[in-house]
Amino acid sequence: MSVVDPAPRVLKVSRGTSDKVFRGVILAGALFSLIVLALISGFLLYRGFEVFKDFGFSFFTSTKWDAASEDGLIPASYGVAAMLVGSMVIAAIAVFVAVPFAMSVALFLEYYAPQRIKSVLVSILDLIASIPSVIWGIWGYTILMPHAAGWSKSLNHWLGWFPLFKVPAPIFERSPFIAGLLLAMMILPIITSVAREVYSQAPRDQIDAAYGLGASKWGTMRAVVLPFGRGGLVGGTMLGLGRALGETVAVYLVLNLVFKINFQILASVGGNVASLIAGRFGEATPYELKALMAAGLVLFVLTLFVNFIATAIVARSAKGPQ
Amino acid sequence: MTLIVRGTVGRGNFRRDVDLAVEAGGVLGIIGPNGAGKSTVLHTVAGIERMVSGSIVIDGEVLDGPGAFVVPELRRAVVVFQDIRLFPHMDVLANVAYGPRSHGAPRAEAAERARAALASVGMGAMADRHPASLSGGERQRVALARAFVTNPRILLLDEPFAAVDTDSRPGLREVLKNLLAGSTAHALVVSHDQADIEDLCGSVVVLGVSEKFTD
Repeated sequence: MSVVDPAPRVLKVSRGTSDKVFRGVILAGALFSLIVLALISGFLLYRGFEVFKDFGFSFFTSTKWDAASEDGLIPASYGVAAMLVGSMVIAAIAVFVAVPFAMSVALFLEYYAPQRIKSVLVSILDLIASIPSVIWGIWGYTILMPHAAGWSKSLNHWLGWFPLFKVPAPIFERSPFIAGLLLAMMILPIITSVAREVYSQAPRDQIDAAYGLGASKWGTMRAVVLPFGRGGLVGGTMLGLGRALGETVAVYLVLNLVFKINFQILASVGGNVASLIAGRFGEATPYELKALMAAGLVLFVLTLFVNFIATAIVARSAKGPQ
Repeated sequence: MTLIVRGTVGRGNFRRDVDLAVEAGGVLGIIGPNGAGKSTVLHTVAGIERMVSGSIVIDGEVLDGPGAFVVPELRRAVVVFQDIRLFPHMDVLANVAYGPRSHGAPRAEAAERARAALASVGMGAMADRHPASLSGGERQRVALARAFVTNPRILLLDEPFAAVDTDSRPGLREVLKNLLAGSTAHALVVSHDQADIEDLCGSVVVLGVSEKFTD
């Protein structure tokens, strides 16, 4: 008796028209954002390529930003080192100030606040997130800066022995410290929002286990909620950092643009890449415009990199405490 | 020196009348069908849930009742959950030291007490391991050490061996029996396993059918 294998069946899957249309629309949407990203970086690279070619690696290490003299005897010299360092210093100050506040607000909203207060506070946070940066800049210049200059003076008076808080001259307005404080307020909603999201996912059984061992509410937060949300908080912080690195108008209004690497955060000396572009764009020569495009590309890549890392960390944090 | 729970416990729409008492150093078994409210009773005594009505009184002190509620951290009550619930991001030593640390013990003292507690359940050599690398039986031993290390006033064991294979249960039961013998806690044990109740409990209350005490 012989056994004959039946011919393998061919399975056909036919999608309905609405399914095909929906897939096409979402695929187009996803591709469109990638195409926009590629176009932006391609445009910046195309416009800034000559500067990269002329200055090479020194574009990243030089602190000079000088246009060529009109008689052509002194050549142009462009470098973003001071502005890159400035971007990082200001963003670091912003993150340093914003993260503890964001953590406290997120924990309060998720585990302590009564429902009615929670709804009101969440609405206020959403409102803060939607304030345009030029409004932040005006508020920072007119309201925050006069007060923050006083705080800077006190910091310099009591902690001036520490290099970070020294100043070359007693002028405390338009410093990286003030720009950092302003940015901290601007990035607070985004960090708080991500922190709330991850803290709310802390496992209920672990929380009960901590209570079941006689832990206080704060002890439970420390043992379960904070470790569980650590990855997400880092990711949220990186997202805030991404915004802080790229912030333009608000920083431009409260910071004194000086082309010098400066770690004295209270001194009226600073700048970041975005404010450099905003400050010089209007009066730039055609060649300087190319240098600004190159600076823009550096900022674009840096921000993209930070956001990629942030997304990866937030995604990984969903798996639990790291 | 008696723990008395008398009144109604519940969660959501669920309600259950209870009336039970256990002496210091005594072990009361709670049995009953699924959904009878056994775990709810334990959670309420621990302070994770609140009494719907009635009161919980220990040695004359009202833990929960009209106008009174003692928060969990001040009850000196610990729960051993049926699904064990060790903290996955802490090693075994940190898991056991967590209780003493929560009650204000300095880090070194908490670690010393945790090591002693681990030794008492035969887990002294595994202090540096993480829960994920332990077997079910080993995890349950750690959970027992974590419960007894704080020298609790109230000990609440919710199906303590439910997550352990049947071969490991007699050994674990022996460990728990020894720990209970050296403790002055008021202990409540919920179990579906007849052997647990017979070996560990001095008296039993049946929930969900008709509540009554048997000695």
